[in-house]
Amino acid sequence: MTPLLDVRDLQVAFRTGPMLARRDVLGVAGVSFRLHPGETFALVGESGSGKTTLARAINGLQPISAGSVHFDGQRIDRLGRAAMKPLRKVMSMMFQDPVGSLSPRMTVRDLVTEPFRIHGVRAELAAETTRLLALVGLNDSFADRFAHQLSGGQARRVGVARAIALNPRLVIADEPTAGLDVSVQGEVLNLLNDLRERLGLSMVIITHNLHVVHHVADRMAVMYLGRFVETGQTDAVFRAPAHPYTAALLSANPEPDPDKARERIALPAEVPSLLARPAGCEFHTRCPWAQARCRTEAPEMRPHGDRHLACHFPLAPGARPPERDIPT
Amino acid sequence: MSAAVSDAWRPVRRLLAEPLGALGIALVLLVIGGAVLADWLSVYEPSRISPRDRFQGPSWTHLLGTDQLGRDLFSRVLHGGRIALSVALFSTAASLAIGVVLGLIAGYGPRWLDNLMLLLFDSIKSFPTVMLALALVTLFGPSLTAVVVVVVLVNVPGYARIIRTQTLALKESEFVTAAQSMGAGTARVLRVHIMPNVIGPLLILASMDIPVVIAIEAGMSFLGLGVRPPTPSWGAILNDGFTAIRDTPWIVIAGGLPIILTTLGFTFLGETLRDVFDPRLKGRG
Amino acid sequence: MTVLAIRGLNVSFATEGGDLHALRDVAFDVPARRIVGIVGESGCGKSTLINAILGLLADNGRITGGQIVFEGQDLTRADAAQMRALRGPRISTVFQDPMGALNPVLSVGRQMRNIQYRSSLGRAARDARSAEMLQKVRIPDPEAALSRYPHEFSGGMKQRIAIAMALMMEPALLIADEPTTALDATLEVATIELLRDLQDQIGCSVLFISHHLGVIAELCDDVVVMYAGEVVERGTVRQVFRTPRHPYTARLLECDPARQSGRTRHLPVIPGDLPDLRNRPGGCIFAARCDRRGEACAAPQTEREPAPGHRARCILAEAT
Repeated sequence: MTPLLDVRDLQVAFRTGPMLARRDVLGVAGVSFRLHPGETFALVGESGSGKTTLARAINGLQPISAGSVHFDGQRIDRLGRAAMKPLRKVMSMMFQDPVGSLSPRMTVRDLVTEPFRIHGVRAELAAETTRLLALVGLNDSFADRFAHQLSGGQARRVGVARAIALNPRLVIADEPTAGLDVSVQGEVLNLLNDLRERLGLSMVIITHNLHVVHHVADRMAVMYLGRFVETGQTDAVFRAPAHPYTAALLSANPEPDPDKARERIALPAEVPSLLARPAGCEFHTRCPWAQARCRTEAPEMRPHGDRHLACHFPLAPGARPPERDIPT
Repeated sequence: MSAAVSDAWRPVRRLLAEPLGALGIALVLLVIGGAVLADWLSVYEPSRISPRDRFQGPSWTHLLGTDQLGRDLFSRVLHGGRIALSVALFSTAASLAIGVVLGLIAGYGPRWLDNLMLLLFDSIKSFPTVMLALALVTLFGPSLTAVVVVVVLVNVPGYARIIRTQTLALKESEFVTAAQSMGAGTARVLRVHIMPNVIGPLLILASMDIPVVIAIEAGMSFLGLGVRPPTPSWGAILNDGFTAIRDTPWIVIAGGLPIILTTLGFTFLGETLRDVFDPRLKGRG
Repeated sequence: MTVLAIRGLNVSFATEGGDLHALRDVAFDVPARRIVGIVGESGCGKSTLINAILGLLADNGRITGGQIVFEGQDLTRADAAQMRALRGPRISTVFQDPMGALNPVLSVGRQMRNIQYRSSLGRAARDARSAEMLQKVRIPDPEAALSRYPHEFSGGMKQRIAIAMALMMEPALLIADEPTTALDATLEVATIELLRDLQDQIGCSVLFISHHLGVIAELCDDVVVMYAGEVVERGTVRQVFRTPRHPYTARLLECDPARQSGRTRHLPVIPGDLPDLRNRPGGCIFAARCDRRGEACAAPQTEREPAPGHRARCILAEAT
C-alpha cells in the first residue's frame, strides 16, 4: 500500500545571525516517517522542538533544505504555488490559535465556505454552511457571528469545519487543544475522533500535550531539537517510555491527586539553543541518566523492540532517575 | 435582527453623544447642504459680472454683499463650496486608493520592493508642499488638476506607510497563514484578509485630512495656482477681498468664514470618529 | 493567623449591555504560611478577583459589597496611595508572562536594586542581596547575571528571575497568576519545586491561580474552586480533590486528561455554556449544566460544610 504521506530525511534550515556571520540553523534536522491512509500520527515536543516547522514544511508553507515529501506517491516538496494549489484541497491544516486563525472581519459563514471560493468549487454554499456547522456540532445561528463573538471551543469547531470543508484526505492539526479549557479540550478531541471515523480522514497531530496524543493517535513521534528521539505505537510508548525525554514528558502532566506519589522527573538545565547543539546525544545536558558515552557519541535512530529509538541506554519500564545533585 | 440594526446605529449614537461630534456633524451637513443645493439656494449666477453693483455691503438682496466685479458673494461662496468639497473628496479618495494599493504591495511584497517604495515615499515627503505645488503648476499650468495632483502627492506617502506597517504585522498572523494553506493567492489574501483589517484607522485619519485638503485648495487658489477665474473658489474670493480689505472687509469674511467652519466641522467630526472607533490613535494625525 | 480574608466580595462591571456581576459573594481565607490554589476555567472570575485584591479593577469595575482584609486592613477602603505602598513590598505578584515584570531596557541587577528602594542598604549590599536571590532561584553565575538584560535569558529563567524579584522584599502574600502556563511541562516541575522551597524559606503565603489541576494538587495546601464568579467549593486539596462535593468540581476533575489512564474514544466533557453574568440565574449558578440538579436548585444556594473546613455551595453537600 502506498503511504498517504512519506517524509524522508526532511531538513529545514533557517538563515540567522548578523550580516557577516550568517549561518544556517537546522530547525528540523532530518526526520522520516510514513502515514498510511486512515491513520493518525502525532508529533510531540516542547517549544523549539521543530514540530510546527515540520508541519509547515509538509504543507509547503515552509521551504525545505533537504529531504523529500511525497503525498500519495507524488513528490510535493518542489512544487510551485500553482502546482500545489489542487493539493491544498485534499490536504488541509488547522492552526494553533483557535480565534487568531480566523480572519477577524469575516463571518463564520464566509470562513467556512472560503475553501469553496478559493478553489472555485461549485456548491450550494448555504447548504454547505449548514452541513459543515452541523458536522462540528454548531447550529445555524452561528453563521452570522464573527470570530471575536465565539468562545475558544466554538472558534476551534469553526476551524475544524473549514479544514474538512472540501473532504480532504489529510488534516494536519497544530495544537488542536491549545488555549482551551479542560472541559472543552475533551469535546474537541471527541469531535476529531468522530470525524476521522466518519470521513475516513488521516491526521497528523502536533502537540506538546501527551494526553491529547493518547486518545487520538495511533502512532507517535517524540521530537527534541528537530529530531525524532522515539517513535512507536502510542499505546506502547505510553505503557513504557524508553527514551528518558519521553519519560520526563509523560511524568510532567500529573494526575490531580494529592495522595499519589510525586513521580515527576525533573530535568536539570534548560533546552539548549539550536545555535549550539550539544555534542554526542543532544539530550545529555538534561538527561538524569546520562553517562560518559552520551556526551561524546550521538545515538542513531534504531529499532528497539516494538519501536524506534535514539538512545544509548533505553529505559526499562518504570525506571526512576538515579539520585544525584541537580547541577545549577 | 433588531440587535444588528442597533449595532449599526451605535457608533452614530455615540458620535452624537459627544458635543464636539454633534457640532462637527452639524457643520459638515451645513457645508455639504450648501454645496449640493447651491443652484437652488443662490438667486444669482456666481460668475455674472454687474459693474453697477460693485462693493455692496451685505443686505437682503445680497446676503454677503458683492465683490469688485459686482458678483454676488453668497452665490460664489455656495458654488465655491462645491469646488472645495469636490476637490477634497475626490483627491482624498484618490490618495486613499493609491495609498492603500501601494501600502499593501510594500508590506506584502518582497523586501527589496518594500525598501525601494519606502525610499520613494520618503523622497516625496521630504519635498516642501509649496515647492511641489509651484513645480506642478509650471508643468500643468494653474488648474484643478494641479491641485488634485498636489494633494495626492502630499497624502499618498503617509497613507501608504500606515497601510504598509499594518500589513507587515498581519502578514505573519495565523489567519493569513491559514488562508495561504488553503491555497488562497496573493490577491485574495490582500483583498479579503488584509485590507478589511487595515483600512479602518486610515479612513478615520483621512477624514481628518479633509480640512487640510480644503486649506491646500484655498491656499493654491489664493496664490493663483489653483482654479482659474472666473470659477468661484473660497481661496479666490479671499484673494479678491484681500486687495480691498480696508474698505470692504465683508469679502474677506465671506471667503474666510466657510473655510474656518468647514475646517472646524471636519476636524471635530474626524477627531470624534477617531476617539469612538479607535481610542489607540488618540493624539495622532 | 489569616493573612488574607475575603468576605462576601461582590464586583460589578458597567457594560453597554447592563451591569455584569463578575464576582458574587466570594469568600475564602489565605492562612499564614499556606499555599492556596484557585482553580477555574475561563470566565470564572480569577482575574477579576486578583485585580480586586490589588486595587487594580478597570475603570468600569466596582466593588459593590464585601471586604478584602489583608493583615487586618480592609483593602476595599484603602486609597490609591495606601494600595501603592502595599503592592510590591507586602503583596507581590508573578504573572504568566515574565516580561510583564521585567523591563527590557534595564539590566536585571538595576531592576533588582530599584525594587529595594525602601531599603537602608548601600548599593553594594543591595547587589549582594540581589545576587543571593538569583542564587536561590538557581540562576547560574548570579553575580554576572546582574549585569545582563532580560532578553539574554531563556523563558524559564526569566520566570525564575521574576519570582526572585517578587519575593525579594519578603512579602506577606505572593499572588502567582498561572506562573507556569507559558512554560514547557518539563520546566514547570522545576519552577513549582522552586516556589515551594522559597515559600518555605520566606514564610509567606501564596495565592496560586492555575487551570492545571495536577499542579494545584502537587503544590497547594488548600484549594478554592470558582465557577462563573462564585466560589462553588473550598477546602484542603485532599478534601476537594479526593471527595469533591460540588458536581462542578467532580466533573472538572473527571475531565482532566491525566485522569484517563487508558485510551478512550470518548473523553468526558461538561456540556453547555457559562451563564450570562449580566443576567445571573437566581438559583444555583451551575444548575443549567448540572446532571444532578433537582427542584431545590432553582433557589439560591448557601455554602454547606460537609466536613470541617470543607465547604461546597450545593444542596447535595449536606453533612451526612
